[in-house]
Amino acid sequence: MEKVHVWQKQKLKFAMFCLITIFAAVTGRLGYLMLFRADYYSEKAEELHERERDIKAARGKILDRNGVVLADNRTVCTVSVIHNQLEDPEEVIKVLSSMLEMDEEKVRKAVSKVSSREIIRTNVSKEIGDSIRLKHLAGIKVDEDYKRYYPFSTMASRVLGFTGSDNQGIIGLEVEYDEILQGENGKILTLTDAKGVELDGAAEDRVEPIPGNNLRISLDRNIQLYAEQAAEKVLEEKNAKGVSVVIMNPMNGEILAMVNVPEFDLNDPFTLLEEAEEDITEEELRDLQNQMWRNACINDTYEPGSTFKVITMAAALEEKAVTLEDRFFCPGYRIVEDRRIRCHKVAGHGSETFLEGAMNSCNPVFMELGLRLGVDVYYDDFLQFGLGKKTGIDLPGEAGTIMHQREAMGEVELATVSFGQSFQITPIQLVTTIASLINGGTRVTPHFGVSVENEQGEKLKTFTYPVEKNIISDDTSDTLRYILEKVVSEGTGKRAYLEGFSIGGKTATSEKLPRRSQRYISSFIGFSPADNPQVIALITIDEPQGIYYGGTVAAPVIADIFSNVLPYLGIQPVYETEESAESQD
Amino acid sequence: MGTRLLKKFRKTRESGQHFFDYNLLFVIVFLSCFGLVMIYSSSYYSAQLTQGSNFYFVKKQAFVLAGGFIAMFVVSRLDYHKYVKAWWFVWIVSLILMILVNFTPLGVERNGKKRWIGFANHALFQPTELVKIALIVAMAVLIEKLIRYIDRWQVILLILMVSFPLGFLVLMNNLSSGLIIFGIVFAMYFVASRKKKRFVILIGAGVLLAAAAIVLADQLVAMNVLEPYQVSRILVWQNPEAYSQRGGYQVLQGLYAIGSGGLFGKGLGNSVQKLGFVPEAQNDMIFSIICEELGLFGAVCVILLFIFMLYRFLLIANNAPDLLGSMLVIGVMAQIAIQVFLNIAVVTNFIPNTGISLPFISYGGTSLMFLMMEMGMVLGVSRQIRFE
Repeated sequence: MEKVHVWQKQKLKFAMFCLITIFAAVTGRLGYLMLFRADYYSEKAEELHERERDIKAARGKILDRNGVVLADNRTVCTVSVIHNQLEDPEEVIKVLSSMLEMDEEKVRKAVSKVSSREIIRTNVSKEIGDSIRLKHLAGIKVDEDYKRYYPFSTMASRVLGFTGSDNQGIIGLEVEYDEILQGENGKILTLTDAKGVELDGAAEDRVEPIPGNNLRISLDRNIQLYAEQAAEKVLEEKNAKGVSVVIMNPMNGEILAMVNVPEFDLNDPFTLLEEAEEDITEEELRDLQNQMWRNACINDTYEPGSTFKVITMAAALEEKAVTLEDRFFCPGYRIVEDRRIRCHKVAGHGSETFLEGAMNSCNPVFMELGLRLGVDVYYDDFLQFGLGKKTGIDLPGEAGTIMHQREAMGEVELATVSFGQSFQITPIQLVTTIASLINGGTRVTPHFGVSVENEQGEKLKTFTYPVEKNIISDDTSDTLRYILEKVVSEGTGKRAYLEGFSIGGKTATSEKLPRRSQRYISSFIGFSPADNPQVIALITIDEPQGIYYGGTVAAPVIADIFSNVLPYLGIQPVYETEESAESQD
Repeated sequence: MGTRLLKKFRKTRESGQHFFDYNLLFVIVFLSCFGLVMIYSSSYYSAQLTQGSNFYFVKKQAFVLAGGFIAMFVVSRLDYHKYVKAWWFVWIVSLILMILVNFTPLGVERNGKKRWIGFANHALFQPTELVKIALIVAMAVLIEKLIRYIDRWQVILLILMVSFPLGFLVLMNNLSSGLIIFGIVFAMYFVASRKKKRFVILIGAGVLLAAAAIVLADQLVAMNVLEPYQVSRILVWQNPEAYSQRGGYQVLQGLYAIGSGGLFGKGLGNSVQKLGFVPEAQNDMIFSIICEELGLFGAVCVILLFIFMLYRFLLIANNAPDLLGSMLVIGVMAQIAIQVFLNIAVVTNFIPNTGISLPFISYGGTSLMFLMMEMGMVLGVSRQIRFE
């Protein structure tokens, strides 16, 4: 029997020492991985395991100035089937097809499809979703979701706008205030195994969604609805293509109503108003939809015509190029350079004062004013009044002014611009400019957004808008209001007269391009009370049939609107002293 | 701790009683039971999916373990002087089995590797495990017989003749087991031999060769010395994330598991990586699941247990009644040390990937069975420690 030799014992001890060293090295490696690389690897592993599901954040509401909800959210459900959780496919098919009112074959096809999650139907109402959930059938998943809902469906459709399926604004205020309304989506993080099957009992990481904030706008639902009715009435009566109405507070630029009839249904924004031809291409359909979504008050420009004479008046009065008593003679036309430019009254207005010329809306008078000012002064005032730039309204896609270049403007151009032709502006630009001229000379920014509120109604932010003071003097503004009141009380705008109210205004009838096509835009801009304007309204009627004079067609609509809106706004009728004396007796 | 154990030894020596290494027995029982727990934890999910029962793997392993304990106690009661005489018989049997596995239809493939012996797709056991024990016994007997001439070249030649046929057959289909087998032989001869310098040179040469192989991998492939798949392992080892879809997948998933363990782990049973991410988590990669669930703390505890076990082997080997017993223990010690090291090193991407199971813990019946028999051998040697 051999003994274990001493050298062998020593060598074994040495080997053991080596082993411990090696094991220490491996342990060191392990420690490095598990302590210093832990964050890196565990993050990588998490990425591998986690499946993310979004929880949609509730979008903020849009409220009118009195807190009436104009854009809301409705809970809808998405019903889907998870194939490998199905226990009784036949029952599932039966229940789903009956409750969702779907073709059984279609449901069967979806249910028997081997996929991780097959969506059967989206936008299912909450009631149906709940009753499906209550059946407790294995494999059916009912997810709740928010969908934008507009309680007044067509009201102010182009102003409010709508959202796409991804909770993103597509047009209107929904786009402009997207960031405020949107909120932040939450997340559900679930752990899955290597095949992507969700693990039972694994703690779900939930990142709660942050709901969007509410937007309060200056629009007044009642005024809007009334204006829409009035617009629809004239649209029908005159068989017009469209009617737009803007009602604004001229002192601060708050828009109370903005109508573009026919309005489209915000709850079904992709369906065209008029049925399109059947063989329409995708692209054509998209064009038609975009056309339908246009806000004529903002996105489209037109020749304002006679309503623009207010601007010429203001410029001439401000530059002291005319007084109310200045006399003019209208033979029915005026020759500018080599051109003979007609007055709308072919026979001519004859001899008249400036005031009378304004009341008659006499073109030669205003051509004369323009020519007295000259291109440079007129152009300067044009820019000074803010017509050269956009109004800055808080709606997307505002169109700019289309105006002659200063250098290209001769006397003919100047004369035509003076009575509102040969250039184009948007209706909102016209309202804003005239509002700024009659409010004492402060250029305001037209707007809807008033404040941001949280869910509890606490005000988080109040919007302020730039103003530009003294674009004309107070005196000029005064005189302007006086003239415009005369236009309504005794001149072309007399159909806008309302007993008991002092209304200023100006009519217009613009012939659309190309000329002689017998297509007109009749319009009227009016404000009240004449001495201290609280409300200004512009109506444009696109292509009225039959009688098309603004004074005949458009002015009565504004009178109708004012007869309701003025008392609603707390502006009481004031009767002549006779009448009040009577009442005192 | 060591000194107290030595005192216990002395006590035994003084009393003149039989010695039985209860410390070692405790470590064996603890590690193998811990292995069962970890096999259950790492396999229940995939077992449910693929076998229809959570307990599929752990049940099989528990049966083998029960049998293994019986085998261990039986072997520990036998006098090793007697049974080692059958070394040539075991050697021939393992040679035959290796030939059968490698060259006949009796070799059964599992996971693309033809390493099992069996019939008609019923894998019975892996003969490589038998080869390990056969060579340990054969080497111990040879060394004991030839210790006087141990440093002569004729003896070295004889040792090579005994070990090479088996080792080569193993190497043919299983690189890592081949490495272990030659490692065992090398370690046993190293301890037995009086010389030192030649081993230093040999190890140095080996390390240089490996380094050169890594550096010159491409050229070696061009010269047909290395196979492309062996080189790809080296590339994967250097940058597993670049090969995450191919060879690096297993290693990378293991690293994710280890890294997400942190200091104290996710808690027993809470590994996510075992849910199909780490392939066959209960096998070679089980250590990564231990890391994920029990953290660095748990992993170091396991390593310390293995070191303690090796230390017990050292004590038994150095106090064995004779060289034969000592050499048997050293062989077993070498096997476990090499396997534990290689397994952890592979899992932590310390060395290129090669499949080696973690003794006592990884799932695998043959390996556990033969390990328990080897433990029986070691305990049997410890029983015969007598001091006069």
